[in-house]
Amino acid sequence: MDEVDRNIINTLQNGFPVCAAPYHQVAGQLGLTELELIARLKALLDNGTLTRFGPLYNAEQMGGALTLAAVKTPADRFDEVTKIINSFPEVAHNYARDHALNMWFVLATETPRQILQTLAAIEQQTGLTVYNMPKIKEYFVNLKLEA
Amino acid sequence: MLDSTDRKIIQATQAGLPLTPEPYQAIAEQLGLTAGDIMKRLLAMQDKGIIRRIGVVPNHYKLGYRFNGMTVWDIPDEATDELGQKVGQLDFVSHCYHRPRHLPEWPYNLFAMVHAKNREDVDNQIRQIAELLGGFNHGCDVLYSTRILKKTGFRSSEKSACDQSVIDQAT
Repeated sequence: MDEVDRNIINTLQNGFPVCAAPYHQVAGQLGLTELELIARLKALLDNGTLTRFGPLYNAEQMGGALTLAAVKTPADRFDEVTKIINSFPEVAHNYARDHALNMWFVLATETPRQILQTLAAIEQQTGLTVYNMPKIKEYFVNLKLEA
Repeated sequence: MLDSTDRKIIQATQAGLPLTPEPYQAIAEQLGLTAGDIMKRLLAMQDKGIIRRIGVVPNHYKLGYRFNGMTVWDIPDEATDELGQKVGQLDFVSHCYHRPRHLPEWPYNLFAMVHAKNREDVDNQIRQIAELLGGFNHGCDVLYSTRILKKTGFRSSEKSACDQSVIDQAT
Protein backbone atom coordinates (compact mmCIF):
# COMPACT_ATOMS: atom_id res chain seq x y z
CA MET A 1 0.00 0.00 0.00
CA ASP A 2 1.49 3.33 -1.02
CA GLU A 3 0.53 6.97 -0.56
CA VAL A 4 -1.93 6.84 -3.46
CA ASP A 5 -3.75 3.88 -1.93
CA ARG A 6 -3.89 5.62 1.43
CA ASN A 7 -5.33 8.70 -0.23
CA ILE A 8 -7.98 6.63 -1.98
CA ILE A 9 -8.97 4.85 1.24
CA ASN A 10 -9.14 8.04 3.26
CA THR A 11 -11.11 9.89 0.60
CA LEU A 12 -13.60 7.11 -0.06
CA GLN A 13 -14.37 6.57 3.62
CA ASN A 14 -16.00 9.98 3.45
CA GLY A 15 -18.33 9.12 0.63
CA PHE A 16 -18.60 8.46 -3.08
CA PRO A 17 -20.49 10.71 -5.49
CA VAL A 18 -23.80 9.82 -7.05
CA CYS A 19 -23.38 11.13 -10.61
CA ALA A 20 -22.97 9.74 -14.11
CA ALA A 21 -19.17 9.29 -13.93
CA PRO A 22 -18.27 9.16 -10.23
CA TYR A 23 -14.87 7.51 -10.64
CA HIS A 24 -13.89 10.25 -13.05
CA GLN A 25 -14.87 12.88 -10.49
CA VAL A 26 -12.99 11.27 -7.59
CA ALA A 27 -9.97 10.49 -9.77
CA GLY A 28 -9.74 14.16 -10.66
CA GLN A 29 -9.61 15.12 -6.97
CA LEU A 30 -6.88 12.55 -6.36
CA GLY A 31 -4.78 13.40 -9.43
CA LEU A 32 -5.41 10.00 -11.02
CA THR A 33 -7.10 8.84 -14.17
CA GLU A 34 -10.45 7.15 -13.93
CA LEU A 35 -8.97 3.79 -14.96
CA GLU A 36 -6.10 4.08 -12.47
CA LEU A 37 -8.58 4.65 -9.67
CA ILE A 38 -10.70 1.69 -10.72
CA ALA A 39 -7.63 -0.57 -10.98
CA ARG A 40 -6.39 0.51 -7.54
CA LEU A 41 -9.80 -0.09 -5.96
CA LYS A 42 -10.00 -3.52 -7.51
CA ALA A 43 -6.55 -4.42 -6.17
CA LEU A 44 -7.40 -3.16 -2.66
CA LEU A 45 -10.57 -5.25 -2.66
CA ASP A 46 -8.79 -8.31 -4.07
CA ASN A 47 -6.02 -8.24 -1.46
CA GLY A 48 -8.45 -7.72 1.40
CA THR A 49 -7.33 -4.22 2.41
CA LEU A 50 -10.91 -3.17 1.73
CA THR A 51 -13.74 -5.43 2.82
CA ARG A 52 -16.37 -3.52 0.87
CA PHE A 53 -16.95 -0.74 -1.61
CA GLY A 54 -20.47 0.47 -2.26
CA PRO A 55 -23.59 1.59 -0.40
CA LEU A 56 -23.61 0.62 3.29
CA TYR A 57 -27.14 -0.19 4.31
CA ASN A 58 -28.53 0.15 7.80
CA ALA A 59 -29.97 -3.25 8.72
CA GLU A 60 -32.54 -1.97 11.15
CA GLN A 61 -33.91 0.57 8.70
CA MET A 62 -34.55 -2.31 6.33
CA GLY A 63 -36.69 -4.11 8.88
CA GLY A 64 -34.06 -6.48 10.20
CA ALA A 65 -33.11 -6.88 13.83
CA LEU A 66 -29.70 -7.03 15.47
CA THR A 67 -28.42 -7.65 18.92
CA LEU A 68 -25.16 -8.15 20.77
CA ALA A 69 -25.12 -10.96 23.32
CA ALA A 70 -22.58 -12.66 25.54
CA VAL A 71 -22.12 -15.86 27.55
CA LYS A 72 -19.74 -16.99 30.28
CA THR A 73 -18.35 -20.24 28.95
CA PRO A 74 -16.39 -22.57 31.22
CA ALA A 75 -12.90 -23.10 29.75
CA ASP A 76 -13.43 -26.84 29.35
CA ARG A 77 -16.62 -26.28 27.35
CA PHE A 78 -15.33 -23.47 25.16
CA ASP A 79 -15.03 -25.44 21.93
CA GLU A 80 -18.34 -27.22 22.42
CA VAL A 81 -20.20 -23.97 23.13
CA THR A 82 -18.50 -22.28 20.17
CA LYS A 83 -19.77 -25.06 17.96
CA ILE A 84 -23.34 -24.77 19.23
CA ILE A 85 -23.50 -20.99 18.92
CA ASN A 86 -21.82 -20.91 15.52
CA SER A 87 -24.28 -23.48 14.22
CA PHE A 88 -27.07 -20.89 14.30
CA PRO A 89 -27.31 -19.13 10.95
CA GLU A 90 -28.64 -16.08 12.83
CA VAL A 91 -25.21 -15.66 14.44
CA ALA A 92 -23.32 -13.31 12.13
CA HIS A 93 -20.20 -12.80 14.23
CA ASN A 94 -18.77 -14.50 17.27
CA TYR A 95 -15.67 -13.37 19.14
CA ALA A 96 -13.66 -14.71 22.03
CA ARG A 97 -12.90 -11.95 24.50
CA ASP A 98 -10.63 -11.61 27.43
CA HIS A 99 -13.27 -11.37 30.20
CA ALA A 100 -15.48 -13.54 32.42
CA LEU A 101 -18.07 -12.98 29.69
CA ASN A 102 -15.74 -14.63 27.24
CA MET A 103 -17.88 -15.15 24.15
CA TRP A 104 -19.64 -12.28 22.39
CA PHE A 105 -21.81 -12.71 19.35
CA VAL A 106 -24.00 -10.64 17.07
CA LEU A 107 -27.37 -11.93 15.96
CA ALA A 108 -29.00 -10.69 12.79
CA THR A 109 -32.54 -11.76 11.98
CA GLU A 110 -35.46 -10.66 9.87
CA THR A 111 -37.62 -9.73 12.87
CA PRO A 112 -37.15 -8.75 16.54
CA ARG A 113 -39.13 -11.83 17.56
CA GLN A 114 -36.59 -14.15 15.92
CA ILE A 115 -33.86 -12.57 18.05
CA LEU A 116 -35.62 -13.67 21.24
CA GLN A 117 -36.37 -17.11 19.83
CA THR A 118 -32.76 -17.64 18.83
CA LEU A 119 -31.43 -16.47 22.20
CA ALA A 120 -33.81 -18.86 23.96
CA ALA A 121 -32.65 -21.72 21.75
CA ILE A 122 -29.00 -20.89 22.48
CA GLU A 123 -29.70 -20.90 26.23
CA GLN A 124 -31.48 -24.18 25.96
CA GLN A 125 -28.79 -25.90 23.87
CA THR A 126 -25.80 -24.56 25.83
CA GLY A 127 -27.35 -24.50 29.30
CA LEU A 128 -25.73 -21.09 29.77
CA THR A 129 -27.29 -17.75 30.63
CA VAL A 130 -27.26 -15.44 27.63
CA TYR A 131 -26.70 -11.77 28.40
CA ASN A 132 -28.70 -9.91 25.79
CA MET A 133 -27.44 -6.39 25.16
CA PRO A 134 -29.49 -4.85 22.37
CA LYS A 135 -28.71 -1.24 21.77
CA ILE A 136 -31.02 1.15 23.57
CA LYS A 137 -29.61 4.09 21.71
CA GLU A 138 -26.98 4.64 19.06
CA TYR A 139 -24.90 7.78 19.44
CA PHE A 140 -22.49 7.32 16.63
CA VAL A 141 -21.62 4.84 13.94
CA ASN A 142 -19.00 5.94 11.56
CA LEU A 143 -16.04 3.78 11.12
CA LYS A 144 -13.30 5.87 9.59
CA LEU A 145 -9.75 4.74 10.02
CA GLU A 146 -6.88 6.85 8.76
CA ALA A 147 -4.93 4.66 6.34
CA MET B 1 -40.61 2.41 3.51
CA LEU B 2 -38.78 0.42 0.83
CA ASP B 3 -40.56 -0.57 -2.33
CA SER B 4 -39.71 -3.45 -4.61
CA THR B 5 -37.49 -1.29 -6.81
CA ASP B 6 -35.47 -0.15 -3.80
CA ARG B 7 -35.09 -3.77 -2.79
CA LYS B 8 -33.88 -4.71 -6.26
CA ILE B 9 -31.28 -1.95 -6.07
CA ILE B 10 -30.16 -3.22 -2.66
CA GLN B 11 -29.85 -6.73 -4.07
CA ALA B 12 -27.93 -5.50 -7.09
CA THR B 13 -25.45 -3.59 -4.93
CA GLN B 14 -24.99 -6.13 -2.18
CA ALA B 15 -21.64 -7.21 -3.58
CA GLY B 16 -20.67 -3.57 -4.01
CA LEU B 17 -20.70 -1.01 -6.80
CA PRO B 18 -19.60 -2.10 -10.26
CA LEU B 19 -16.02 -1.09 -11.02
CA THR B 20 -16.86 0.40 -14.39
CA PRO B 21 -16.74 4.07 -15.38
CA GLU B 22 -20.53 4.43 -15.19
CA PRO B 23 -21.51 2.19 -12.28
CA TYR B 24 -25.06 3.50 -11.86
CA GLN B 25 -25.70 3.01 -15.56
CA ALA B 26 -24.44 -0.58 -15.21
CA ILE B 27 -26.89 -1.24 -12.36
CA ALA B 28 -29.69 0.39 -14.34
CA GLU B 29 -29.09 -1.86 -17.34
CA GLN B 30 -29.15 -4.90 -15.12
CA LEU B 31 -32.51 -3.88 -13.64
CA GLY B 32 -34.14 -2.40 -16.73
CA LEU B 33 -34.17 1.11 -15.27
CA THR B 34 -32.39 4.34 -16.12
CA ALA B 35 -29.23 5.59 -14.41
CA GLY B 36 -31.31 8.56 -13.29
CA ASP B 37 -33.75 6.26 -11.48
CA ILE B 38 -30.91 4.49 -9.70
CA MET B 39 -29.22 7.73 -8.64
CA LYS B 40 -32.46 9.29 -7.46
CA ARG B 41 -33.32 6.28 -5.32
CA LEU B 42 -29.80 5.93 -3.89
CA LEU B 43 -29.87 9.59 -2.85
CA ALA B 44 -33.34 9.19 -1.35
CA MET B 45 -32.22 6.13 0.63
CA GLN B 46 -29.20 8.08 1.81
CA ASP B 47 -31.43 10.94 2.97
CA LYS B 48 -33.63 8.54 4.91
CA GLY B 49 -30.67 6.85 6.58
CA ILE B 50 -31.31 3.51 4.90
CA ILE B 51 -27.91 3.98 3.30
CA ARG B 52 -25.48 5.23 5.92
CA ARG B 53 -22.98 6.20 3.27
CA ILE B 54 -21.53 5.07 -0.03
CA GLY B 55 -17.85 4.32 0.19
CA VAL B 56 -15.15 1.89 1.27
CA VAL B 57 -14.86 -0.22 4.40
CA PRO B 58 -11.25 -1.01 5.25
CA ASN B 59 -10.06 -4.09 7.11
CA HIS B 60 -8.76 -2.65 10.41
CA TYR B 61 -5.97 -5.15 10.71
CA LYS B 62 -4.68 -4.55 7.19
CA LEU B 63 -4.35 -0.86 8.00
CA GLY B 64 -2.32 -1.74 11.08
CA TYR B 65 -5.06 -1.25 13.67
CA ARG B 66 -4.36 -4.24 15.86
CA PHE B 67 -5.93 -2.88 19.04
CA ASN B 68 -9.67 -2.86 18.53
CA GLY B 69 -11.14 -2.62 21.96
CA MET B 70 -14.66 -2.58 23.23
CA THR B 71 -14.57 -0.07 26.07
CA VAL B 72 -17.50 -0.30 28.46
CA TRP B 73 -18.51 2.23 31.09
CA ASP B 74 -20.85 2.44 34.05
CA ILE B 75 -22.43 5.87 34.00
CA PRO B 76 -25.73 7.18 35.38
CA ASP B 77 -28.56 6.18 33.02
CA GLU B 78 -29.92 9.72 32.92
CA ALA B 79 -26.55 10.99 31.65
CA THR B 80 -26.10 8.47 28.82
CA ASP B 81 -27.56 10.66 26.07
CA GLU B 82 -25.44 13.67 26.80
CA LEU B 83 -22.25 11.74 27.48
CA GLY B 84 -22.81 9.23 24.69
CA GLN B 85 -22.95 12.05 22.17
CA LYS B 86 -19.70 13.48 23.46
CA VAL B 87 -17.88 10.16 23.51
CA GLY B 88 -19.16 9.35 20.01
CA GLN B 89 -17.68 12.57 18.73
CA LEU B 90 -14.12 11.60 19.71
CA ASP B 91 -12.39 10.88 16.43
CA PHE B 92 -11.03 7.48 17.49
CA VAL B 93 -14.46 6.17 18.54
CA SER B 94 -16.16 4.35 15.68
CA HIS B 95 -19.37 3.32 17.42
CA CYS B 96 -21.01 4.34 20.63
CA TYR B 97 -24.13 2.77 22.12
CA HIS B 98 -26.27 2.78 25.22
CA ARG B 99 -26.94 -0.86 26.15
CA PRO B 100 -28.63 -2.49 29.15
CA ARG B 101 -26.75 -3.45 32.30
CA HIS B 102 -27.00 -6.96 33.75
CA LEU B 103 -26.46 -6.45 37.44
CA PRO B 104 -24.57 -7.48 39.38
CA GLU B 105 -22.15 -9.09 36.90
CA TRP B 106 -22.34 -6.46 34.20
CA PRO B 107 -22.74 -2.89 35.45
CA TYR B 108 -21.75 -1.22 32.18
CA ASN B 109 -24.26 0.71 30.09
CA LEU B 110 -22.15 2.73 27.64
CA PHE B 111 -20.16 0.96 24.93
CA ALA B 112 -17.54 2.71 22.78
CA MET B 113 -15.36 0.94 20.22
CA VAL B 114 -11.83 2.28 19.92
CA HIS B 115 -9.14 1.50 17.38
CA ALA B 116 -5.40 1.97 17.63
CA LYS B 117 -2.18 0.70 16.14
CA ASN B 118 -0.40 0.18 19.45
CA ARG B 119 -1.02 -0.30 23.13
CA GLU B 120 0.14 3.16 24.09
CA ASP B 121 -2.37 4.82 21.76
CA VAL B 122 -5.26 2.73 22.96
CA ASP B 123 -4.41 3.42 26.61
CA ASN B 124 -4.33 7.09 25.76
CA GLN B 125 -7.74 6.88 24.08
CA ILE B 126 -9.25 5.18 27.11
CA ARG B 127 -7.78 7.89 29.33
CA GLN B 128 -9.38 10.55 27.14
CA ILE B 129 -12.81 8.94 27.44
CA ALA B 130 -12.38 8.65 31.22
CA GLU B 131 -11.44 12.33 31.42
CA LEU B 132 -14.47 13.30 29.38
CA LEU B 133 -16.80 11.27 31.62
CA GLY B 134 -15.16 12.68 34.76
CA GLY B 135 -17.17 12.09 37.90
CA PHE B 136 -19.92 10.29 35.94
CA ASN B 137 -17.59 7.34 35.41
CA HIS B 138 -18.39 4.74 38.05
CA GLY B 139 -16.32 1.98 36.51
CA CYS B 140 -14.99 0.74 33.20
CA ASP B 141 -13.42 -2.18 31.45
CA VAL B 142 -11.89 -2.88 28.04
CA LEU B 143 -12.49 -6.11 26.20
CA TYR B 144 -10.14 -7.00 23.39
CA SER B 145 -11.07 -9.74 21.03
CA THR B 146 -8.66 -12.63 21.34
CA ARG B 147 -10.03 -14.80 18.55
CA ILE B 148 -12.60 -14.60 15.77
CA LEU B 149 -14.86 -17.62 16.22
CA LYS B 150 -17.22 -16.78 13.38
CA LYS B 151 -17.49 -13.99 10.87
CA THR B 152 -19.98 -14.22 8.06
CA GLY B 153 -22.16 -11.97 6.08
CA PHE B 154 -25.74 -11.84 7.15
CA ARG B 155 -28.04 -14.67 6.42
CA SER B 156 -30.41 -12.95 4.08
CA SER B 157 -28.87 -11.80 0.88
CA GLU B 158 -30.08 -8.29 1.49
CA LYS B 159 -28.34 -7.96 4.78
CA SER B 160 -24.94 -8.86 3.42
CA ALA B 161 -24.71 -5.31 2.15
CA CYS B 162 -25.33 -3.81 5.56
CA ASP B 163 -22.92 -1.40 7.01
CA GLN B 164 -20.09 -3.46 8.40
CA SER B 165 -19.88 -1.00 11.22
CA VAL B 166 -23.26 -2.11 12.47
CA ILE B 167 -21.92 -5.55 13.05
CA ASP B 168 -18.35 -4.55 13.76
CA GLN B 169 -19.58 -3.54 17.17
CA ALA B 170 -18.35 -6.92 18.23
CA THR B 171 -14.99 -6.86 16.52
